[in-house]
Amino acid sequence: MSQFLEMGGYAFYVWSAYGVSTLVLCYGLLRPYLDHKKTLREISLKRRQHKRDLND
Amino acid sequence: MIMKWLHKFSSPPYFYALSGKLIKWLSVLLVAFLAAGLYGGLVLAPADYQQGDSFRIIYVHVPAAWMSLFIYMVMAVSGTIALVWRIKLAEIVSVCSPPIGAGFTFLALVTGSIWGKPMWGTWWVWDARLTSELILLFLYLGLIGLYTAIEDKRTASRSVAILALVGVVNIPIIHYSVEWWNTLHQGPTVTKFDKPSIHIDMLIPLLNMAIAFKLYFAIALLMRSRNELLQREQNGRWVEEVLEGK
Amino acid sequence: MINLKPHRKNRLMLIFAMILGVSVAAWFGLKAFNENLMFFFSPSDVVEGKAPQDHLFRLGGMVVKGSVERPGDGMTVYFVLTDMAKEVKVKYTGILPDLFREGQGIVANGKLEQADLFVAQEVLAKHDENYMPPEVAGSLKTAELKGAKQ
Repeated sequence: MSQFLEMGGYAFYVWSAYGVSTLVLCYGLLRPYLDHKKTLREISLKRRQHKRDLND
Repeated sequence: MIMKWLHKFSSPPYFYALSGKLIKWLSVLLVAFLAAGLYGGLVLAPADYQQGDSFRIIYVHVPAAWMSLFIYMVMAVSGTIALVWRIKLAEIVSVCSPPIGAGFTFLALVTGSIWGKPMWGTWWVWDARLTSELILLFLYLGLIGLYTAIEDKRTASRSVAILALVGVVNIPIIHYSVEWWNTLHQGPTVTKFDKPSIHIDMLIPLLNMAIAFKLYFAIALLMRSRNELLQREQNGRWVEEVLEGK
Repeated sequence: MINLKPHRKNRLMLIFAMILGVSVAAWFGLKAFNENLMFFFSPSDVVEGKAPQDHLFRLGGMVVKGSVERPGDGMTVYFVLTDMAKEVKVKYTGILPDLFREGQGIVANGKLEQADLFVAQEVLAKHDENYMPPEVAGSLKTAELKGAKQ
């Protein structure tokens, strides 16, 4: 296992490359997921306000 | 028949519902290919005869670089369709692609730099391949900026499509840069016409990772497109049903 | 492409015309800067006097097998670079990249000190597009040797 982590002396380079990739790719999915939730929230809020305005 | 299906697929409510299901299935496939690719690349593949274990960076660097070009082509094709046929969905695909493409281009550059330091002896050189890939990143960033700068989304998408088509000339330049000019970056390994100059045990994880990145792109694109569609069509009646269904 | 309406056809033609225009412009631009886009000069360029005489430039080639010498403290190294046609001797003091070895391609940045000695300030390794495990590389080499003997 420790031999695997050492990467033949290139541990810093190999793991930082994979680390950056993990961060960027995770952000690339998290961002649209949160944006989508936000959009749904905003639209339903707008609609409710609109309905209230009509009732007044 | 195909046109009929395409027409149905590009109707907003149908696309919204179907893409939700597609994302789930594609995610399962993504996890499978990613696991196979990573295990194969980091554990099963033998160390390289020249570069030792540092060559394992290839499994993120090369697929990311391929995606940076592939996404640009998807964007250019959907941009053309959007400009000529004015199909809304094509428009959405072409404006949702740049952020994903920018991510992959950034990764290709950063992982390449991390690989270059121990192997070439430098983080960065201004050779034709590296420079043209950096220009690609700026192109993507420019497209993102252009889209957010223009208020009206239909006008904005048309501008994005046109700028994307102007920048398409960079794609063959990136690909052939290593052949047209002498560069520090080496020539192509897998996409040569004769047999690829990589050992089969090293090639299989690379292909798995390439498929995984394609799936990732599909998922990220669908997620972004659904959001974009929802924002553009927020007054449509089908959105009401989506909100109630939740 | 079936039943392409005239206005759509026009738009499509316009797009193709634009791409063509940009490509032609790019082609001329790149042709004009072709020299600057070359990352390095070859030993033949140096021997033929095409390389700059009095300022820094990059020299690329393959390290000739058996040409690497380390006289003295071992930090200074001499080697010969070839492009299979002409050869240039290089002097370098400093740390070499991991991939530096005989028979490997490198790119050195430096200046011509004499007509036939290139003093490098920086040495970068250029690797080829082949990837294989050490055992395969070993057996390829023996096969090559066998082929050469026959």
